[in-house]
Amino acid sequence: MSLSKKDIEHIAKLAKLKFTDEEMAKMEPQLNSVLEYMDKLSELDTDNVEPLSHPVENINVFRDDILKDSISTEDALRNAPKRDENYFKVPKVISND
Amino acid sequence: MLPYKDLKEKQELIRNGQLSLKENIQSFLKKIDQQSDLNAFNFVFADSIELADAIEKKIINGSAGKLAGMVIAVKDVIAIKNKPLTCSSRILEGFISIYNATVVQKLIEEDALIIGKTNCDEFAMGGSNENSAFGPVLNPLNKKHVPGGSSGGSAAAVAAHLCDAAIGTDTGGSIRQPASYCGILGLKPTYGRVSRYGLTAYASSFDSIGPMAKNVYDLAILLEVMSGYDEMDSTSINKPIDSFHTKFRSHVKFRIGIAKEHFDKGLSIEVNENIQRVIAQLKNDGHEIIEVEFPHAEYSIATYYILAMAEASANLSRFDGARYGHRSDDGIDLDAMYTNSRSEGFGEEVKRRIMLGTYALSTGYYDAYYKKAQKVRRLIQNDFNKVFEKVDLVLTPTSPTTAFEIGAMIDDPLQMYLMDIYTTPANLAGIPGVSLPIGNDSKGLPIGLQFMSDRLGELKLLQITNLLGEQ
Repeated sequence: MSLSKKDIEHIAKLAKLKFTDEEMAKMEPQLNSVLEYMDKLSELDTDNVEPLSHPVENINVFRDDILKDSISTEDALRNAPKRDENYFKVPKVISND
Repeated sequence: MLPYKDLKEKQELIRNGQLSLKENIQSFLKKIDQQSDLNAFNFVFADSIELADAIEKKIINGSAGKLAGMVIAVKDVIAIKNKPLTCSSRILEGFISIYNATVVQKLIEEDALIIGKTNCDEFAMGGSNENSAFGPVLNPLNKKHVPGGSSGGSAAAVAAHLCDAAIGTDTGGSIRQPASYCGILGLKPTYGRVSRYGLTAYASSFDSIGPMAKNVYDLAILLEVMSGYDEMDSTSINKPIDSFHTKFRSHVKFRIGIAKEHFDKGLSIEVNENIQRVIAQLKNDGHEIIEVEFPHAEYSIATYYILAMAEASANLSRFDGARYGHRSDDGIDLDAMYTNSRSEGFGEEVKRRIMLGTYALSTGYYDAYYKKAQKVRRLIQNDFNKVFEKVDLVLTPTSPTTAFEIGAMIDDPLQMYLMDIYTTPANLAGIPGVSLPIGNDSKGLPIGLQFMSDRLGELKLLQITNLLGEQ
């Protein structure tokens, strides 16, 4: 399985990244050589193997629902690139058209 | 060199009035400044000196914590309240932590002093410390060579005596490999042994925080303090913690497993020769060497990178320019704000991993990559379970080579990934591993040896490290 320029553009869109033509040209063979190496796993028959998603297969960890203090509003907004009073400020979300 | 061999001796010198903690910190700060070309630190905390008198007093009157007077550097992926946290990335430029990571809180409560935050590969992604917005770290033993990564700044700082010990993180070898390249000790604990609260997530089912030091006493006491259950990390392990620092001196004879898969092509002749010498010595000392098998060893790297990249692509989606971190000026709408902020903020390797991880999780490819890799992860863990029925420890090289030259692999990411052949299996299985120096190659660069044990077997790792260090 080899990625074309079009595939890479699609993945970039999903990942919310963009690349210049120069970056694309450099990345294409790099991504493909890694993927080609990863195809090695298809050699293995894993039909009857349960996937392992985590080294510690914990059952759910619950805690009592007790009201307690968390971080303050001021702390939460401390690293905000832009704020408006007690809100994070971002570009307009809903357009007019 | 430092005027003491370990923390115990340091505390004795302070207690007897033969060492001033304040002068000790001053001398570290001076060395950090003199050796700033190493680029080991992203941030240096000169204010650490303010605590020196109070801690010195505690040491003298006997009320001090376990780590009293230990001067520690912390990898810049871990939160320290009111200090910068950048993960060596442009995307976190200017970010200030609003709380302490659990592990940092534990160090402070035991009276350690944090002297600064160390450079690393961006978001801990890399094995050479060349992927950093702060620039590469140099290996203090040969400045043309890398210190390893991703905890390269931590390893270099310890090796160059810029601090007593350091904290690193290990997702696929990022403590053990730089420890090996810089000739120090580095231990990756069992997954869940140390709380990850306050660690910036890279690959959550692999990330482990661990100690890096120059002697087993410091390594053991640090691990003991760092370990433990934390309600803020639901994957942390709720089991009693051994008194590692009083128990690591022992003359137990171990059953040590060796697999021919780990001594195959790709391993440097010099590294192999040195390891064979140690194996012969272990036999001579009465340990039992047993041949074991890892039938899926050759699939570790592919499995690890698929899963780690998939987890990374999900974890790093939080960097969107909205609530913290870099925001592009060039964003007319919300989508452009996300895309431009991320594209400007992340470096090349991080973007590559996000791209591959996104692909591995995308519709139509999930089963072929992500799910397949999770299945192979199970097979690799089963291999370890079987092997640890027969042996106490598994011995492997830490890395196929010694520290390579800066720039040698920068345009060949796959080649760089292949260097993680011996370290990634422990992360896949969630077991602990330690790297210890066993000699130098003909260029004078250190050679590292790795021991792994079953889950929660850290004491055995400390004991064998101590036994080899005694000779």
